[in-house]
Amino acid sequence: MVSVKEIPGAMGLATEQLHDLYFKMFLARTVGQRERMLNRMGKGPFAVTGEGHEATQVGTAFALTPGKDWVFPYYRDIGVALTVGMTARDLLLGHLSRAEAIESGGRNMPSHFSAVKLKIVSGSAPVATQVPHAVGAALASKMRGLDEVAITYFGDGGSSVGDVHESMNFAGVHKLPVIFVCENNQYAISVSVKKQFAVENVSVRAAGYGFPGVTVDGNDVLAVYEAGRAAVERARKGEGATFIEAKTYRLVPHTSDDDDRRYRSAEEVQEWTKKDPLVRFQAWLEEHGIADRNAIEALQAKVLQEVDEATDYAEKAPLPEPESALRHVFVEEEK
Amino acid sequence: MTEKTMLEAVHDAMSDEMKRDERIFVLGEDVGGGGVFRATEGLREEFGEARCMDTPLAEAAIVGVAIGASLNGLRPIAEIQFADFIHPAWDQIVSEAARLHYRSNGTWSCPITIRTPYGAGIHGGPYHSQSIEAFYAHVPGLKVICVANPYDAKGLLKSAIRDPNPVMFLEHKKAYRLGRQDIPDDDYTIPIGKAEIKREGTDITLITYGLMTQHSLQAAETVQSEDGVSVEVIDLRTISPWDKECVLESVRKTGKALVVYEDNFTGGFGAEVAATIAQEAFEYLDGPVTRIASPDVPIAPYAIILEEYILPNPEKIAAGIRGLAAY
Repeated sequence: MVSVKEIPGAMGLATEQLHDLYFKMFLARTVGQRERMLNRMGKGPFAVTGEGHEATQVGTAFALTPGKDWVFPYYRDIGVALTVGMTARDLLLGHLSRAEAIESGGRNMPSHFSAVKLKIVSGSAPVATQVPHAVGAALASKMRGLDEVAITYFGDGGSSVGDVHESMNFAGVHKLPVIFVCENNQYAISVSVKKQFAVENVSVRAAGYGFPGVTVDGNDVLAVYEAGRAAVERARKGEGATFIEAKTYRLVPHTSDDDDRRYRSAEEVQEWTKKDPLVRFQAWLEEHGIADRNAIEALQAKVLQEVDEATDYAEKAPLPEPESALRHVFVEEEK
Repeated sequence: MTEKTMLEAVHDAMSDEMKRDERIFVLGEDVGGGGVFRATEGLREEFGEARCMDTPLAEAAIVGVAIGASLNGLRPIAEIQFADFIHPAWDQIVSEAARLHYRSNGTWSCPITIRTPYGAGIHGGPYHSQSIEAFYAHVPGLKVICVANPYDAKGLLKSAIRDPNPVMFLEHKKAYRLGRQDIPDDDYTIPIGKAEIKREGTDITLITYGLMTQHSLQAAETVQSEDGVSVEVIDLRTISPWDKECVLESVRKTGKALVVYEDNFTGGFGAEVAATIAQEAFEYLDGPVTRIASPDVPIAPYAIILEEYILPNPEKIAAGIRGLAAY
């Protein structure tokens, strides 16, 4: 048995945790692929997924305490939702807009995650509107004397939105326990990141808000985890916010309605495919003797079984009653 | 009972509620020092800086942070300094606060109150005079209240703060110090969604809200004494949800309806009232459902002579009553 603590770069994670990291990443990849497949089969009208972002999403979320820390994801964060505790079944029910779809019931679009018990807050589609909510939740944690942390995610396109600036400024002034994660995948739909900001690393903006900003290799799950863990520790200790920019690449079109061949070359996608975070982490695990090929295949088989069962379940689950569309405009009674 | 201005009533409602419930806190621009209208005067001293929090000057963050704090167990009152400055927070109010409960299938909720001074008549020019209520009344998931007197302000603000939904609480700024009214010192609330018949009458039903209630009451007295026309004046007080039953019952009695609002004529909230009367009380009507409102120009130009020309006033309302009475 190899002691992982002796391995440089393992971040002190135990073997089971490293396996779990890989499992979550592969689960996120597989759920994304499944949703796109179901869309192509004509079963789900829309899919927005995050293949390529797994290291960024799983790595940061792995640093959280699920059910304690607040999570404000954006619509690509399948890996975040699964790492914090939503299941493949939850996501596929959402994809197929079933009555049972957790905290949606067919109202919200797929990948607009929500789970009250896990403090994953229901999201919307206007970009970055969730960011001030994370700051507000962190403010409340601080006012209530709770050592919770709030984390929020947005893309490189989202970084241009005024709400992000207003939120970071607010968090800086009030020194709030919040983590801003920019999943910089180089494109806001079709627009190059070079047209989003004029700096090499958007994380440099943090200096203007009075808290640290770091840029990490978003395809290196352990590097991302390290950045996330440092940010969580900082927030937990009352030292304030952190801005993490994770540089990564979306290996698939923006959504099922996008054709990415319009704006990027096959060669470019091919280059990034070589940096696939899953392939990379698998190689690392094998190289360090933490998981051999059999162990990896066993993890993959477990994921596939879980996603297959989730798909079957979701496909058989009933659609919402049409008249349910009229409910829940207002909270009817104070609880 | 104590004589209070509406501004004092607004202050007292917040102070009372903050004493009652420590989850409640105020955030906004300049609120720590009492705010530009002094509505939050003394709250910082009484409840501490954290519960009467000065924010950076950024409206989307004020509302967005309030939403986030409400998800984590607090009951924020967000103050927007003037209704004219609320527009940067539109996305947070409409896309987020109003839809969160619905889109999450009734699981998340957003108990926030957004207070803001609105309305013209104080020579505030185009950016300190706007009526914004119709924008928000159009959005399912928001409650919208318009107040212009001390008693209603205190009772409805308490209801707004206690409501588990997002509530837009619009305070007519000209009414802040317009006069004093005896209001109870003890705790009382006014239900959201209930209109009040401020004056009973038999010939015409006049439906209004906000500062136009006072102008309409004045006009009603004038036409009563000069023309013998008896006008029933209904103050909606809440425009979303609004008290259709009260309005329709009155119109079925009088047979005539005049709708008065300060906002621009086209698409103002009075248009919704007029359409509802036309659809629901058609067979009772003895004249056209009539509207008096500001013309479709940006409210309000700065020069007094221009502002007065634009806004409805007791004379214009009295003329409207006479016209409809003669129909």
